[in-house]
Amino acid sequence: MTELPRLPAQGGCSNAPILKQRGQREVFCGLTGIIWLHRKMQDAFFLVVGSRTCAHLLQSAAGVMIFAEPRFGTAILEETDLAGLADAQAELDKVVDQLLARRTDIKQLFLVGSCPSEVIKLDLSRAAERMTEKYAPSVRVLNFSGSGIETTFTQGEDACLASMVPVLPKTDTRQLLLVGALPDVVEEQAVSLLEQMGIGPIKVLPAPRADTDLGIGENTVFALTQPFLGDTHGALERRGARHLPAPFPFGEEGTTAWLRVIADEFGVDADTFERVTAAPRARARKAISQASEALRGKTIFFFPDSQLEIPLARFLTRECGMEAIEVGSPFVHKGIIGSDLEMLAQGPVISEGQDVDLQLDRCRAARPDLTVCGLGLANPLEAEGLATKWAIELVFTPVHFYEQAGDLAGLFSRPVRRAGLLKVEAAE
Amino acid sequence: MKLTVWTYEGPPHVGAMRVATGMKGLHYVLHAPQGDTYADLLFTMIERRDHRPPVTYTTFQARDLGSDTADLFKQTLQDAYDRFQPEALIVGASCTAELIQDDPGGMSETMGIPIPVIPLELPSYQRKENFGADETFFQIVRTLAKPMARTKQITCNLIGPTALGFRHRDDITELTGLLSDMGISVNVVAPMDATPTDIARIGAAHFNVLMYPETAETAARWMERELGQPYTKTVPIGVGATRDFIAEVAQIAGVAPYLDDSRLRLPWYSRSVDSTYLTGKRVFLFGDGTHVIAAARIARDEMGFEVVGLGCYNREMARPVRALARDFGIEALITDDYLEVESRIEALQPEMILGTQMERHIGKRLGIPCAVISAPVHVQDFPARYSPQMGVEGANVIFDTWVHPLVMGLEEHLLHMFRDDFEFHDAAGPSHHGGHSPKPQAAEPAPQAAPQPENTGTSVEVVWLADAERELKKIPFFVRGKARRNTETFASERGVGEISVDTLYEAKAHYAR
Repeated sequence: MTELPRLPAQGGCSNAPILKQRGQREVFCGLTGIIWLHRKMQDAFFLVVGSRTCAHLLQSAAGVMIFAEPRFGTAILEETDLAGLADAQAELDKVVDQLLARRTDIKQLFLVGSCPSEVIKLDLSRAAERMTEKYAPSVRVLNFSGSGIETTFTQGEDACLASMVPVLPKTDTRQLLLVGALPDVVEEQAVSLLEQMGIGPIKVLPAPRADTDLGIGENTVFALTQPFLGDTHGALERRGARHLPAPFPFGEEGTTAWLRVIADEFGVDADTFERVTAAPRARARKAISQASEALRGKTIFFFPDSQLEIPLARFLTRECGMEAIEVGSPFVHKGIIGSDLEMLAQGPVISEGQDVDLQLDRCRAARPDLTVCGLGLANPLEAEGLATKWAIELVFTPVHFYEQAGDLAGLFSRPVRRAGLLKVEAAE
Repeated sequence: MKLTVWTYEGPPHVGAMRVATGMKGLHYVLHAPQGDTYADLLFTMIERRDHRPPVTYTTFQARDLGSDTADLFKQTLQDAYDRFQPEALIVGASCTAELIQDDPGGMSETMGIPIPVIPLELPSYQRKENFGADETFFQIVRTLAKPMARTKQITCNLIGPTALGFRHRDDITELTGLLSDMGISVNVVAPMDATPTDIARIGAAHFNVLMYPETAETAARWMERELGQPYTKTVPIGVGATRDFIAEVAQIAGVAPYLDDSRLRLPWYSRSVDSTYLTGKRVFLFGDGTHVIAAARIARDEMGFEVVGLGCYNREMARPVRALARDFGIEALITDDYLEVESRIEALQPEMILGTQMERHIGKRLGIPCAVISAPVHVQDFPARYSPQMGVEGANVIFDTWVHPLVMGLEEHLLHMFRDDFEFHDAAGPSHHGGHSPKPQAAEPAPQAAPQPENTGTSVEVVWLADAERELKKIPFFVRGKARRNTETFASERGVGEISVDTLYEAKAHYAR
């Protein structure tokens, strides 16, 4: 029998007060989710209906042109579009015609709302319905908002996946649905572990292509692989599917607990569970202990970014021996990260939202050994002598499940080791 | 509505940020939703700045709309003033805030902040980044600069360099040296490194050196009119332009022209026998107007290239760029559509592109070498070493930068001479690529050789006979792609369905220059 994780006394941070401050936020908007979603969904195109700023954001966030002709673009609103809305709908039709004529490989088109299109109340759902009729069955047109007035960074993926749920066909099959865009290699590992336990059929959302047989219904149970999928969680429940709440599969402990919840749901016996997980668990433990040597006893401070912060703090404090000073998250959805919060020992400040200047003051006062933050803050903090970890890598790099547990610890230990290695003073 | 895949310029408020971030003691309060804070990373990550841009965003959210976004702006402005204690503030709106019409300028006037608060009107849905920088700098100068007595010694201001500019940092050093050699010292450099106090004493200089018309021409004209300061029209990029610039400065300042060219290597390097292979290389130029105009002259007169196409993405420069193109006997491409530039390059099949990060990417796709001459830029365009574009050292830097993406002269000769030698076989690839190739794709064997017969845009199906195919293989890999395309175009234009060895050589003769 696999031992249950040792929980901290008094339910960890479940009932810890949450610090909420209102001020400038230093986060990406939800549009950035497109950067990884378009790689994951190979026949999808993401058309942002927005401003030049949106186009510039996507380009800057994608590292100025990693991809020759990516499967995302921007329909830039111009003065004439702002004058009359009926006009904007017709303009949008024109852009989409032009786009689909050029890209005949596109089977799913997402019209993505932005700050300006939300403010002028450009009705993209009506446009999506109209275009679905026009282009069916070869192209399915959906819409969601990745606007910065409504979403931060990873919430864009949430909004996108949530938009797909209502149009999924109904099925009564008893099945497991894994929810969240993962790198293929990681997704395959997860599916393989579960299949070895005899669990199936297993489906994933998002599927790599539109024409898969993914359906949903009351016999569907789902497990989230990412903690930022609050809206998708709600949409799936409205379709009758049932959520399996679990800690997130980061590190050995998180992965085991996550698998355990699913195994219990599907009646997997203890011996089978042990047989399937023993070897990768041992590997993960070994890899973590090696990679986390530099992290033991070190302090860490999280600026809010991806909503992965609380599960990661749980991993780093429990499995890598770090001490968390502040764990900031854009949103704290207790129904989803409750299990992680419970396992996180009391002590750190849990903060939601951001006033970046006040948070910087706290960070400077605490002088943590490692600060996790977005790209806008990383170099300035390094210049102040604080080692940083770019939060964005945690979303782009394979970090889930056993085989990546050591890599995950490594992402944090590398900047700490580097800070110790360098014997140069900056001139500037 | 306009469909865009990639864009050359950001929105105008990013231009304002480039001015604010270049300066010191100035703070920008930007009415904007939270997503707009992405722009910070342009400065901290691409330019590797060690401090945050001096910008405070109001970060309004959907729930604030229609109720208290105006209060949020006022509160943010007051907080930013209290926290940062700047000498002056600029205030403005991003594209979304423009739609909710809160009027940051009007609100800030009512608040009694005891420093200059400069409102910016940057129409996001009409204009772009360069306009934003130019207009912001103009408004700052207009508000703060006053007529005053000239300095005793002859001085000038260097105007135009901003944060995130293409080699602006090093151009300032180079120009300061050139001017100092003529006994002219620099009064103020702006926006880069200037404080609002510095801007206030900008009128003490005898004239202005307009380094980048994109970002400072409006201010230069205003200073000429209101402060009586003439400004230089020549941008000293390249040997000829640098000499012209020296002459222009001498004339404006009434001093003797002087240029210390003891470190100038471009003319000799260009004349050296090793550079013979550069003769008539067909190049395509694209970027901002200033850099393209300078680069065209260097390409033709100082490198011996043939300019087969040129253009710019900033419409503000369309007129001079069109005029220049007419001088070159070609038609300018004025567009901000990356795909249009790509198709022009594809049609022209140049041997080298001198462009921006966009063209570098186009070049990678088409297997055409590319050197970057202009913004938009990437982290690699902020090198640790001294690497100006202007003046004597700039010319040296440009020679190196342009030649490196091409197969090196000696190496190209050797490849011709030893083309059947085992060390120079096709798959080996040019030996210098290992050290210079920025992307793994370039390390693949001979991407230039990728056959793309389907891209010729002709309807005639052309078949290569076995003999001709074998002969084609004997042509060095780095020109084989072009030979293949040329031959196919030649054949299909003549309705020839099969390519024989003769067709190959007829095409070669046809395209020979």
